[in-house]
Amino acid sequence: MENEKQEFTITVYTENQVGLLNRIAIIFSRRKINVESLNTSPSEVPGIHRFTIVVVESKEVVIKVVRQIEKQVEVLKAYYNTNDEIVWQELALYKVLSDEITEKVKVERLLREFGARAVAIRKDFIVFETTGHREETNKLMEALAPFGLVEFVRSARVAIIKESAGFHEKLKDFEKREPGDELIENEYLGKREAVFTM
Amino acid sequence: MDTKQLTGSQAVLEACIAEGVDTIFGYPGGAIMPIYDALYDYKEKLQHVLVRHEQGGIHAGQGYARTSGKVGVVFATSGPGATNLVTGLADAMIDSTPLVCITGQVFAHLLGTDAFQETDIINITMPVTKWNYQITDATEIPHILAKAFYLARSGRPGPVLIDISKNAQFQSFDYEGYTVCNHVRSYRPKPIIRKEYIDQAVQLINQAKKPLVIFGQGVILGKAEKEFKKFIEKSGMPAAWTILGLSALPTDHPQNVGMLGMHGNYGPNVLTNDCDVLIAVGMRFDDRVTGRLDKYAKQAKIIHLDIDPSEIDKNVLAHVGVWGDCKETLPLLTMGIEQKDRSAWLNVFAGYAKEEYEQCIKDEMHPSSEAMSMAEVIHAVNEITKGDAIIVTDVGQHQMVTCRYAKFNQTRSNVTSGGLGTMGFALPAAIGAKFGALDRTVIAVIGDGGIQMTLQEFGTIMQTGIEVKVMILNNEFLGMVRQWQQLFMEKRYSFVDIESPDYVMLANSYKIAAAKVSQREELEAAVAKMLAHKGSYVLEVMVGKENNVFPMVPQGCSVSEIRLK
Repeated sequence: MENEKQEFTITVYTENQVGLLNRIAIIFSRRKINVESLNTSPSEVPGIHRFTIVVVESKEVVIKVVRQIEKQVEVLKAYYNTNDEIVWQELALYKVLSDEITEKVKVERLLREFGARAVAIRKDFIVFETTGHREETNKLMEALAPFGLVEFVRSARVAIIKESAGFHEKLKDFEKREPGDELIENEYLGKREAVFTM
Repeated sequence: MDTKQLTGSQAVLEACIAEGVDTIFGYPGGAIMPIYDALYDYKEKLQHVLVRHEQGGIHAGQGYARTSGKVGVVFATSGPGATNLVTGLADAMIDSTPLVCITGQVFAHLLGTDAFQETDIINITMPVTKWNYQITDATEIPHILAKAFYLARSGRPGPVLIDISKNAQFQSFDYEGYTVCNHVRSYRPKPIIRKEYIDQAVQLINQAKKPLVIFGQGVILGKAEKEFKKFIEKSGMPAAWTILGLSALPTDHPQNVGMLGMHGNYGPNVLTNDCDVLIAVGMRFDDRVTGRLDKYAKQAKIIHLDIDPSEIDKNVLAHVGVWGDCKETLPLLTMGIEQKDRSAWLNVFAGYAKEEYEQCIKDEMHPSSEAMSMAEVIHAVNEITKGDAIIVTDVGQHQMVTCRYAKFNQTRSNVTSGGLGTMGFALPAAIGAKFGALDRTVIAVIGDGGIQMTLQEFGTIMQTGIEVKVMILNNEFLGMVRQWQQLFMEKRYSFVDIESPDYVMLANSYKIAAAKVSQREELEAAVAKMLAHKGSYVLEVMVGKENNVFPMVPQGCSVSEIRLK
């Protein structure tokens, strides 16, 4: 189980500094781990950035990588979660020719079915938007392909950790010189009771 | 607060003074000229050692840091000056050596234009620095340098590189004084000690019948030598070291059972796979120490003390991971553990030591062959220094032999390139080691391959007049590679036959006294003469051409499959 590869979402809180993206990226590339998706943007806390990184790896490798990330000077905290521990979305944009859309009723029905929203309507083309999991946005892309899908783009994954209480409280702890207990998460060691017998 | 106008360059030097820096190793060049110009007025307060190559400068900085326990400071210019630091940065990163390297950079407005001597040193050095930062505005200099020194020396130490564009070096600004940094929001130098893991470790140690302590450089970096000694003495446990842990515990301590790993001692390697509790202190289970991982100490409960949480469970899963600074965790363990007589268990090590002596060491120390062995050379050094000298080694056979046979009484006496295995390290590192410990004898032991990688630093010795004893153990081969080719590649000696210049003439041309010995009868006197000589000295010793280092754990084998011959 520990060694089986699966999708993990790694969430990293960092200082906002030039070059940090590279410092984090090389932790993956050095170990020849492919990054499936990467998103970075300011978090709910001013001055703190949040990275959301998706990799397909074993838990054992992910734990080691997360510890290496957390070791970087400008990283405040890194978490890793399996898909059932998070809620996530990706955003996709689809550009289709207006003629196709206006003339073919079937297309309109497709858009309704997928809950797409028109974000730009022009004489020559229309841009639609959907959000969802990869499979969902893929389905619409496949369905639109026969009707002249001109351009398609998808964002990286953004994810909310179900159990997380956000970063405001944690940050206060970081600003103190002596960190509180909860900062030193030692969850792996906590399971040692099981092996701790002579 | 009073403010005064300073240039960025002056602010860099003020920071060095405020941090207690006394020696800087460096090499000037176009993009760092403003700092060197300012240095001209700071000559009284800051000693600058002009090296012959930036790699020599950074290795000297490493040697200085290792013997003095302070942060080594290195200056280099942009472009090639900066890229020449990369090997030293990688070496310092893997061996946790505190360094602050300051590189010049082209003017900020030229960044990204492929300007003369411009290189993207920040991105080049990212994987080999604990932290790096580019300054393009002089007002950032005081607090960024304060952060650099703090990060370099705190927690698990490491190299920090600060790249300063030329305009920032020239720029005048209102200097508000220097404040030492002791907190960075996103940085935790040491994890909090958890009492439950201390208790679990104590319980394991107290129940153990055959505990073995293995220690690394963490004991030295944590300045915890005394705490470590108390810990092993109270519980009577045998202790074995990694090559970077060497000298943290005196070599003749009755519980010091020797060296771990590929060319380590027989007992500690075999008994790693026989002990019931393995207590690792400030070491990182390098593959040269563990041999084949899936056959490493599988029978033992493992307790791992480390300041760097990412080291715990990285290579070897710990049953109890004691996170924290060993200067704090060791006394907590000592408090809880019971006094025990473990002489029977220590005798098992003694038995293995005897067997190793009979089958391996005896012939190394007193060879029947005409050619001298490296071990007898080191033995001759021990006879005179009695373990009081600092010994700096390069990489290869001579390094393994020196670590195996050299005696040490004091900590911070063994300087070697461990993790990276950088040939060419020893000569410049020895220069730095001496600057870091002026009252001690520094002996560099170097092979005929390694010396030829950085022998330009004889020029630094000449010009500074620093006293370094250089012993070149010449076997006319790249010995370690040749040994592997002999043992594992059917003696296909592919490009390991290496010629040397006349080292005596070479040293003399640098105004360094020198001698060469090829006969056993001359060895003792030659070593004595070298050590008695006032000033630097080069002694070339011709040793057996095809001698091998044993014992040896062949690659891919378990530590208990160590070969004595």
